[in-house]
Amino acid sequence: MWQSVFSLVMVTLTIKISIPYILAAIGGTFSERGGVINIGLEGMILNGAFCAVLATWYTGNAWAGVVAAVIGGVLTALIHAVVSIRYKADQIISGVAINLFAIGITKFILKMVFHSSSNSERVVGLPFWKIPVINKVPVIDTIFSTPLILLTLIIIVASHIIIFKTSFGLRLRSCGEHPQAADTLGVKVNLMRYAGVLISGGLAGLGGAWLSLDQHQFTDGMSGGRGFIALAAMIFGKWTPLGATGAALLFGFAEALQIQLQSAGVKIPTQFIQMIPYLLTIIVLTSAIGRAVPPAADGKPYEK
Amino acid sequence: MVREIAIEMRGITKRFPRVVANDNVDFGVYKGEIHALVGENGAGKSTLMKILYGLYQKDSGQIFIRGREMDISSPSVAISQGIGMVHQHFMLIPPLTVAENVVLGQEPRKGKIFNDTKKAIQDVERLSKKYGLKVDAQAKVQDLSVGLEQRVEIIKVLYRGAEILILDEPTAVLTPQEVEELFNIMRSLKEEGKTIIFITHKLKEVMEISDWVTVMRDGKVAGIVETKKTTKEELAKMMVGREVLLRVEKNPPQIRGVVLEVKDLEAVNDRGLSALRGVSFKIRAGEILGIAGVEGNGQTELIEALTGLRRLIRGKVTLWGKDITNASARKILESRIAHIPEDRHKRGLILDYSVENNLILGSHYRPPMTKGPRLNFKKISENALELIKRFDIRPADKEIQVNSLSGGNQQKTIVARELSRHPQLLIASQPTRGVDIGAIEFIHRKILEERDKGEAVLLVSAELSEVMSLSDRILVMYEGKIVGEVEPKKTSESDLGLMMAGAKSSDQVIRQSGDREFPDTPIS
Ligand SMILES: Nc1ncnc2c1ncn2[C@@H]1O[C@H](COP(=O)(O)OP(=O)(O)OP(=O)(O)O)[C@@H](O)[C@H]1O
Ligand SMILES: [Mg+2]
Repeated sequence: MWQSVFSLVMVTLTIKISIPYILAAIGGTFSERGGVINIGLEGMILNGAFCAVLATWYTGNAWAGVVAAVIGGVLTALIHAVVSIRYKADQIISGVAINLFAIGITKFILKMVFHSSSNSERVVGLPFWKIPVINKVPVIDTIFSTPLILLTLIIIVASHIIIFKTSFGLRLRSCGEHPQAADTLGVKVNLMRYAGVLISGGLAGLGGAWLSLDQHQFTDGMSGGRGFIALAAMIFGKWTPLGATGAALLFGFAEALQIQLQSAGVKIPTQFIQMIPYLLTIIVLTSAIGRAVPPAADGKPYEK
Repeated sequence: MVREIAIEMRGITKRFPRVVANDNVDFGVYKGEIHALVGENGAGKSTLMKILYGLYQKDSGQIFIRGREMDISSPSVAISQGIGMVHQHFMLIPPLTVAENVVLGQEPRKGKIFNDTKKAIQDVERLSKKYGLKVDAQAKVQDLSVGLEQRVEIIKVLYRGAEILILDEPTAVLTPQEVEELFNIMRSLKEEGKTIIFITHKLKEVMEISDWVTVMRDGKVAGIVETKKTTKEELAKMMVGREVLLRVEKNPPQIRGVVLEVKDLEAVNDRGLSALRGVSFKIRAGEILGIAGVEGNGQTELIEALTGLRRLIRGKVTLWGKDITNASARKILESRIAHIPEDRHKRGLILDYSVENNLILGSHYRPPMTKGPRLNFKKISENALELIKRFDIRPADKEIQVNSLSGGNQQKTIVARELSRHPQLLIASQPTRGVDIGAIEFIHRKILEERDKGEAVLLVSAELSEVMSLSDRILVMYEGKIVGEVEPKKTSESDLGLMMAGAKSSDQVIRQSGDREFPDTPIS
């Protein structure tokens, strides 16, 4: 049994499970670094997943699905941005509303287009890339032959650079910490906040595309709480892309462990095994090591 | 010699929902001068400057920069016109470095999008050297003292090439030495031909540094005078509209038994670092014990520990011999310890509540403010009307939200509430920060009245003249310890300032006041 737990399969499984967590958690990082809490990640993932299948089904091209997922995520985020930045509404409530809205609209269109209340038709997935030498190395080959994993890798690094090494990143962070100060220096606070929220929507949408295209179909409510785990990963990762990635991998590992233990037929009631990822989330969030300070103006509408 | 006019504001009017903050204000500054802008709390000084800096939009009037009419629609426009502002409440971002704070909004770049961190650091170091504003460009702002933060603010302004600098109450939080350093910097900026607008409540500073003074009262200009042709008394009268006592007069203390005794207090600050390292002292009824110290040397944590807002790791606090170590804030309040907190927004007021409701905080849960399970609105309203009258809170409107009061009136609201508890110990922390001379006089008189009634008063203030003039004894705090005790009459402000900065050892202090380090004050 331990063999199956610490195997290459386990590593690839962990990576695959972690992808949507990573993407959404980094998305959350962009949003909250700019000062807008994004509880709506869950809904953005769901809408992204649905848009991916819808566009793929109509065009027969999964790449069109990926693009549609990002657009779907961004549009969903736009609602959150307008409500919480333009109208300064409570960001938690707006986020919750986004989640409920996503459940409703995906169900509705699912029924309309696919005449089913549980799942869509099957669609094609993304192609695998065949790269000569690398193809022989396990794990590495999964990363490099799966386009979205590779893309995620690039996003992780790029996000780190954007947030910490560019002037955009510096300005974004300043808006999340002290928007008044940023304003007095001529930084356009609302513009930066819009950017943060929309980027988060795009990334969460991409995470959704991974989910649905990997399964070649959309199933109702398939985001399954991932947006919330991503939020936990973002916090545990101290609002940094690299930290969020690490935390997301940890959560992914816990889930992979649960799957492996279950299939290995361990004599623990499955309900307990299924708790592992959530227990881990709670433990991590309450542990002293994980204590992190959010951006100071996170969640506070900016008023002059 | 015809002097060039740097700024002219003509007929500026700015209305807020309840007040006219600026009422047809004319304001002008020559190039290369230091122009002081003074006036009571709420006179409209900050508002006028925020309009000049593009943070607020005027309702009417004209602004001329170097003779050209300008529409300053945002801070970016002001910055591009060479106007820089150091705000009354610092505009720094604590988790970012000094260099990042300075360049934000105008970052030097590598290529099109990447920050050139190295260049940013070099730029800060260059400015810091040129103007003697010593500060570590790579330090995080959250680790700096207030004095250093001030320097960062000035560097920020200079980095943007400002020719006209607005300094809104820059000295409110500085030690005398830091004020002197700031003045030297201001003088060298002036020599370079830069123009400085300087807001302060301290007339001594106005007399020392400025060339001209504009006095505002109630949103209008009450006078423009040349500094060398006026006096502090005249300025005070112009500001307040009546004679002001610039000195406090006090009777000798009538000291009785020990009210509060603290022993070996130890506590950590919010970042988990040691903040109190064995603090011991006693306060007796009928005396004012002053604690002097530069901000961040443990005073905040000490006050919080005494008022039940922070846990003590070690040590003992007794009130009339009764142990109240780590008692809850409510229990402490009920033992009649009143607290004027240093941060009036964070601890003292609920900004969205009315004056009337703020005035009952802390007694809101028991009679006479309640009647059974309900609030006793009649009593609450009576209480408010009485306190507003007795403490001269303006405007005299119990329904008004506290956040639309000026700083000085917010402070009076807190003082009124705390003194209405009839405390046996009053803990007053920075009781007059950012408050105008009229209100200072008033609050000082109230604190002295409490002492003369036989209460014990613990006064913490970074404002030296305040500690010196009110206290009967002064303890100096440095790095979480009491480093000495002095008698105000036998010590000079500059000596005390040096002790606060840790430059004088406690030995020197003790020799000076002829006392031991933790004197066992006799119980009379
Ligand atoms: N944003 C605002 N909304 C409503 N009223 C305001 C606002 N800003 C200032 N005021 C009001 O305008 C008046 C002038 O305020 P301002 O801050 O300019 O005074 P000030 O002279 O700078 O006082 P202080 O010495 O306390 O800093 C006050 O009555 C204040 O209550
Ligand atoms: Mg002001």
